Amino acid sequence: MAEIVNCRDVEKTFIKGKEAVEVLTGINLTVDEGDFLALMGPSGSGKTTLLNLIGGLDHPTAGTVSVSGSNLNELSSSALAKWRSVNIGFIFQFYNLLPVLNARRNVELPLLLTKLSRSQRIKNAATALEIVGLSDRAKHKPGELSGGEQQRVAIARAIVADPALLVCDEPTGDLDRDTADEILELLELLNRDHGKTIIIVTHDPKAANHAQRTLYMDKGKLVEEVAA
Amino acid sequence: MSIFGLMWASLFRKRTRTLLTLLSLIVAFLLFMLLQAISNAFSTSGSFNLVGIDRLVVTPKYSIIDSLPINQQQQMLNLEGVAAVTHAGWFGGNYQEPRNFFPKYPVEPYAYFSMYSELVISQEELDAFANTRRGAVVAAGLAERYEWELGDIIPIQGDIYSMQDGSRLWEFELVGTFTAREGESEAPLFLFQYEYFTEAVAAYGKDQVGWWTVRLSDSEQAAEVANEIDKLFENSRDPTRTATEDEFSRQFASQLGDMGFITAMIMSAVFFTIVLLTGNTMAQALRERIPELAVLKTVGFSDGLVSLLVLGEAVLLCVVGGVFGILLAFAMQDVLGSTLGGFIGDFEYSATLIISAIVLAIVIGIVIGAMPALTARRLTIVDALRAR
Repeated sequence: MAEIVNCRDVEKTFIKGKEAVEVLTGINLTVDEGDFLALMGPSGSGKTTLLNLIGGLDHPTAGTVSVSGSNLNELSSSALAKWRSVNIGFIFQFYNLLPVLNARRNVELPLLLTKLSRSQRIKNAATALEIVGLSDRAKHKPGELSGGEQQRVAIARAIVADPALLVCDEPTGDLDRDTADEILELLELLNRDHGKTIIIVTHDPKAANHAQRTLYMDKGKLVEEVAA
Repeated sequence: MSIFGLMWASLFRKRTRTLLTLLSLIVAFLLFMLLQAISNAFSTSGSFNLVGIDRLVVTPKYSIIDSLPINQQQQMLNLEGVAAVTHAGWFGGNYQEPRNFFPKYPVEPYAYFSMYSELVISQEELDAFANTRRGAVVAAGLAERYEWELGDIIPIQGDIYSMQDGSRLWEFELVGTFTAREGESEAPLFLFQYEYFTEAVAAYGKDQVGWWTVRLSDSEQAAEVANEIDKLFENSRDPTRTATEDEFSRQFASQLGDMGFITAMIMSAVFFTIVLLTGNTMAQALRERIPELAVLKTVGFSDGLVSLLVLGEAVLLCVVGGVFGILLAFAMQDVLGSTLGGFIGDFEYSATLIISAIVLAIVIGIVIGAMPALTARRLTIVDALRAR
């Protein structure tokens, strides 16, 4: 399988007041197309920071991050925004849906940046909602949906532009066990049947069980690879 | 959905807050339209729109509410450069109720219409005016407004002048109407015979006029003739002040204060408050939406597009408020026009005024949206998501 993510000697340091805080040190990571990778570790270990670098939300202090053949270090802020719209789908712990838009319009959001016609955008959004099993809730606003349903809408929004890579930050962290399992099964389905590469950050060992491989992080370093 | 649809939806994130903000903008723009229209009407109402470069207006020196003696007329006619002199005066009075307001002047029929050739009246009706003691002629628009017809008796309740028998009820017979020459705006004038007035009026007002209008033989001599007239009466009991009609109008309007200045001050205060209030609302709305803006950036909206969205919302809010304010002003035009029109001339909203209101709305939108837009632009996704 071709590699989709390649991190080489990645370091990330945040400046807090007068103090420099090293969050990531010497990260080397390769993810192949079609992988389902879980990143685990205690709070503050750098999981989300690494995920943000892979998703093009932040730049490393040192090292290189290449995703889908693009060296993200070389992209300007606007080029990076355009790149994200095409290559990455994001799924957050708290769904981050826009409360003023109904489910269909939330899903349609990334397509506003494309040249697709209105009818095509609506069609694609409907397809994405169908994949996550929420066709009948298309006209409901986030406030009218359960947590699990909101996360499904967020997943539909993440896949509507058909990106190759989905990055998920604690996608089940705000859900009960049963709903969390449903979401994880949905991600598994997207990986298995739709060929999406998935990187998931989680504290939940059961969530990690759905992944093909699990990496463990501690104090900003990848310390252990756990076979799935 | 489109980018505009997203902007519109975001605007109503907090429906009540947005509606209240809109309401304040609507009231502000309604005020802007009304006050500007009034100010414009003052600045453009000549001697109620009878502005001529070859005419001078002679008023009492100290206040236009004083009067001048009728015997000044012949003295002025004797001056070199004076071709004709006629007079008018403020009669006041109410037709049915005080809100039915229009200027009423006692005049010399032939001399007045000869002086104001902009006023078009048929010879037959002018003769009827001159030959009917209690006759009155009115602007056609005024007759239409009150549905007067020739032969109607129009009662005017005097509030300045009473008749010799002590009555304040003056009755006039409508014998004609006049219009303004094409291209001139028609003032809602009510004219009646000076001869009847001065005979019928009680002591106060007899043989007195409000102001003189002087036609010059040569308009180039306006300054010299004005100077001569004022010099002529300088040491009399009734000194004068002579000016062009335009200047006279401005003096008349300034009796109520400098409308332009008053309007500008009121509107500055209103819009300054609006900018502060709406700006605060927009800033508050931005703070609440920081994670949402971060999500937009996450899914691929550029910094520029996100800041344009925020700026666009502010402009949209102000433009919607402005448009509704303008529409409301139009809805009130008839009522205000009939109430104020007689006093201040044409109460109307010009195209320039409407465009000014919309441009002002856009400018205010940009002013209040600029800072939130800049903040949105600078927002880093990671920090913004962490702020949730």
